[in-house]
Amino acid sequence: MRVQLRNITKRFGARTVNDGIDLEIRPGEVLALLGENGAGKSTAMKILYGLYQPDAGEILLDGAPVRFASPAEAIARGIGMVHQHFMLVPSFTVAENVALGDRSGKGLNLDDVGRRLTELSERFQLHVEPNALVSDLSVGAQQRVEILRVLYRGARVLIFDEPTAVLSPQEVDQFLSILNRLRADGCAIVLITHKLGDVMRVADRIAVLRDGKLVAGDIARAEATPESLARLMVGRDVPQIPAKAEVPLGAEVLQVQDLACTGSDGLPALRGLSFALRAGEILGVAGIDGNGQAELVEVLAGLRNATGSVQLNGKPVLGWSTAQLLAAGVAHIPQDRHRMGLLMGSSLMENLAVTECDKEPLSRFGFLRGSAIRERARRLLTEWAVRPNDENALAESLSGGNQQKVVLARELSRNPAVILAAQPVRGLDISAIQAVHTELLRQRERGAAILLVSTDLDEILTISDRIAVMHQGAIVGFADPKTTEISLIGQMMAGHAVNGGNTHE
Amino acid sequence: MNNSKRLLRLATGPVVAVAAAFAIGAILIAIAGVDPLVAYQALFLGAFGNKTALAETLIKAAPLTLAGLGIMFAFRTNTFNMGAEGQLYFGALATTVVALAFPGLPRVFLVPVLILAAALGGGLWAAIPAYLKATRGSSEIILTIMLNYVAVLFVGFLLQGPLQAPGTNTPVSPFIPANAQAPIIWGGTRLHASILLAVLVAIGAYVLLWHTPIGLKLRAVGDTPGTAKAVGIPVTRMVVLSMAISGALAGLAGMGEITGVHGRLLSGFSPGYGNTAIAVALVGKLNPVGVVLSGIFFAALRTGADTMQRWVAVPASLSYVLQGMVVLFVLAGEFMRDTTGLAARIKGAFGLGK
Amino acid sequence: MAAPLLLASLGEIYAERSGLLNPGLEGMMLFGAFGGFVVSQQTGSPWLGLLGAIVAAVLIGMIFAYLTVSLHADQVVTGVSLNLVALGLATFSYRLLYGVSTVPAMSAGFSRIKVPFLADIPVLGPVLFQQSFLVYLAYLLVPITAWSLWRTNWGLRLRACGESPLAALAEGVPVRRFRYVAMLLCGVLAGAAGAFLTLDQLNVYVEDITAGRGFIGLAIVIFGRWRPAGAALAALLFGAADALGLTLQVNGVKLSHNLLLMLPYVLTVIALVGMRGRAHIPAALGKPFRTE
Repeated sequence: MRVQLRNITKRFGARTVNDGIDLEIRPGEVLALLGENGAGKSTAMKILYGLYQPDAGEILLDGAPVRFASPAEAIARGIGMVHQHFMLVPSFTVAENVALGDRSGKGLNLDDVGRRLTELSERFQLHVEPNALVSDLSVGAQQRVEILRVLYRGARVLIFDEPTAVLSPQEVDQFLSILNRLRADGCAIVLITHKLGDVMRVADRIAVLRDGKLVAGDIARAEATPESLARLMVGRDVPQIPAKAEVPLGAEVLQVQDLACTGSDGLPALRGLSFALRAGEILGVAGIDGNGQAELVEVLAGLRNATGSVQLNGKPVLGWSTAQLLAAGVAHIPQDRHRMGLLMGSSLMENLAVTECDKEPLSRFGFLRGSAIRERARRLLTEWAVRPNDENALAESLSGGNQQKVVLARELSRNPAVILAAQPVRGLDISAIQAVHTELLRQRERGAAILLVSTDLDEILTISDRIAVMHQGAIVGFADPKTTEISLIGQMMAGHAVNGGNTHE
Repeated sequence: MNNSKRLLRLATGPVVAVAAAFAIGAILIAIAGVDPLVAYQALFLGAFGNKTALAETLIKAAPLTLAGLGIMFAFRTNTFNMGAEGQLYFGALATTVVALAFPGLPRVFLVPVLILAAALGGGLWAAIPAYLKATRGSSEIILTIMLNYVAVLFVGFLLQGPLQAPGTNTPVSPFIPANAQAPIIWGGTRLHASILLAVLVAIGAYVLLWHTPIGLKLRAVGDTPGTAKAVGIPVTRMVVLSMAISGALAGLAGMGEITGVHGRLLSGFSPGYGNTAIAVALVGKLNPVGVVLSGIFFAALRTGADTMQRWVAVPASLSYVLQGMVVLFVLAGEFMRDTTGLAARIKGAFGLGK
Repeated sequence: MAAPLLLASLGEIYAERSGLLNPGLEGMMLFGAFGGFVVSQQTGSPWLGLLGAIVAAVLIGMIFAYLTVSLHADQVVTGVSLNLVALGLATFSYRLLYGVSTVPAMSAGFSRIKVPFLADIPVLGPVLFQQSFLVYLAYLLVPITAWSLWRTNWGLRLRACGESPLAALAEGVPVRRFRYVAMLLCGVLAGAAGAFLTLDQLNVYVEDITAGRGFIGLAIVIFGRWRPAGAALAALLFGAADALGLTLQVNGVKLSHNLLLMLPYVLTVIALVGMRGRAHIPAALGKPFRTE
């Protein structure tokens, strides 16, 4: 079945997210839809899948125009979507999740479902256990469930939204071979991604979106290079961040020994973690999401209890409250700026004041000094080039990049000794990412000790001095970003302590 | 938060809501066979028409505003204190007990002691569910509502037993000494000092919330609790504090009723002030100025409704309907713009997650 | 005694399993009680009264649904406000229709139905098998509710709405429609619960006839872990406390009737406090669901 999108336009409020998009999707082919965060790729496909309605334009299936008022209708016509954030119900089993979309009108028969699932998984080599609880499955397994669900309903057009964002290198390989099998079976595949490496490995044709517009609709893979694609995605040559300066390594600022804690689900999240962090270095913590990295940051920021020992400049600080740690020179850039980083409904002025509001110059005799707060806000907003430069603006009205700048301004203006940066560039576009990285490097030159937690291996490789790979709550090994091979790091991420890497540091 | 433009913008929702509610009320009045304009005229005159009416309105406004301000504090930290009624009763109880226990104390000492007692009484009754929510994540909504019934029944029990005035069979306490009774501030009416207390508290609330570090932290907790925690604000302490303040203010409202209106504790002395105060706080958009105005509005509804019933035979319970509708319309307007942060902020209201 | 609590909590289970937290349950019960009373008093038929109760409660339920599902208003505040409106409307309408008289109007109530043989079992017989229709209905509904939620496609989709509405929507489940339907069911059951109060237990209508039972119903849902069987057990427990208070009072036991009336409320508090562990909560409960 041939799918065409013609002149698709979609607006959210004042923003035009898709502006006259034309795309063609053919069976037995992989079309890669490239673009930066916010370029409109997901939106366009969600329109195809019936989650959104276009403001203008049409969708054609084999030449005939169609309208999908809901995903149910798209599914009925053979279109399936595997989302970036899996749309699975965690407390249901695999079979229940698959049965969810079954509109055949028969009674609920989970055994039947299980049987068909097993057939499909044999056929496509996608192994899952029908009665397993989704919340127990690994990320890779969950993705397989999503794919199976889509196939269960007879989809012939499969849309994948950022499928490799959360996978380890090995899982990425597995996923790409799944795509090959699906393609060989005659499915039409759309791959929404911003990862050029994946595109070069598996795409047949490439389309590039930028700021909602189609800048290139039909590039054959043979004609594309990562550089040409990057230029199309961004619209200019991508400048490099300034090269890392050689910084003399300072004393050990943070010493962590045998850190162990339980996660929010009651299971152990950290198991005997040990490492040291020195002034002037960036230690990148790599690992697949969900292996204890978030908990590690929480413990170090005073947000979670743990056993073991943590020493800050020689003082034992495990068990200190967040307020005490912040006062002692720890800065925390949380991984979720909307829920942990900013006071969304408050003004930027108040956001910037909230950590220092108990002391001079922001308060005196128990009362806040409005003029001092305002002046500090104005200064910081200008220093960090936050737009709009308005201290009365509400945090929720800013773009992601600017919001993150406010968080950085608040945390880093205190010249902290230790910086805990958790996914600092998640969801930001290239220029914002560069601003953040540049700032982190600057702090490093200033002598701060930085712990960088990220699921993006590229980011870690680019700016870390040392890498620690976490798996199941422990450090599997250390690596050198300049010399260690990526495949080795990938193996460590999957849990194999490898001889080639260092296990002690 | 300090500019008047924002206050005006905040006010449009409630104003529209009131208009809409009155429109529907008009339909109901018409069904009752009365001319809505005449009925509303009676309502208005009954609330503001003359010195007595105005005084009555303000008398009712005092407890509504005080309790409403308390609820404002709690709601501002996403703690849904539905227990103002019970806290009010406990404040009244504390006031009565202390007043009866120290009949000889000169007024200058007695008044602060009474205030303290009322605040402690209400505050402690609120602190129980606050503590339970903080340590066990229990739903403060259900807890406070249950405690309301317990408080009212407990007071009723005491009034039929140890606290009962000698020589009578009704659930009333002895009269409190004259020293303890609140002074009348408007000659020729029943208006007593509680309304002044309410205004003072409102001013205090404003200063606290917007001009002190504690106020900033309280508001931060209500804005984005995760962030508040991440920047080192002791969220649990703030929640308990806001609930304690909430209960204390409700307790003061109770004190006002006993010292200013009835002169003794009696069963059922509060015609649902605590529950109405919830509506007062919501319609006042959780803002001190708004709560004061809202308190006067709801008080006016009640006072005027009685007059309306006497003059044109429209049942006074119409005021309940109007009240409820005003709140509903204010809510319906909320979905457009999250002005107080209530919408989409309720997590853990039913003990379902911190 | 447990019947109204059970009926109300079953209705609330449907609502909460679809993701809607409904404190308006109290108001729905109240309005249902009122509606049932009026209709039955005017027509002399308890069955029509039941119908009236259901219609009344569903009306409130649909307003709640509209505000929370279509307008994305906060569920807790909306529910609480609706309670006010329901109370006001009910009292207002009652005064209009019956004025303030010394002899309260009486409704036509349900008569007791005797189950042959079983009702003759000593002690337990009359208690369990000589009740009105509504009580039998409540018993029957427990397994029916359980079956509908766990053994049908429909139930699976409803539960998905409450666990992960985004996932449900992406799989073609019309989340909004399901939530409206859930509120409809909640209304039906809350109406029946209210009807019990004015058509069975007592035959009059007084202002606060529900006296917080709706909120106890909410607690029962939590206590029973959102499962009908659990709710049934909890309802029996609370109903027993309720009945104990009333019975002792009627029999002139020398404890203050105030203290006895407190029993169900105190029990709820203890139950809530004693309960930790939040397993099996519908994950999306209470959160407004916005698309686009």
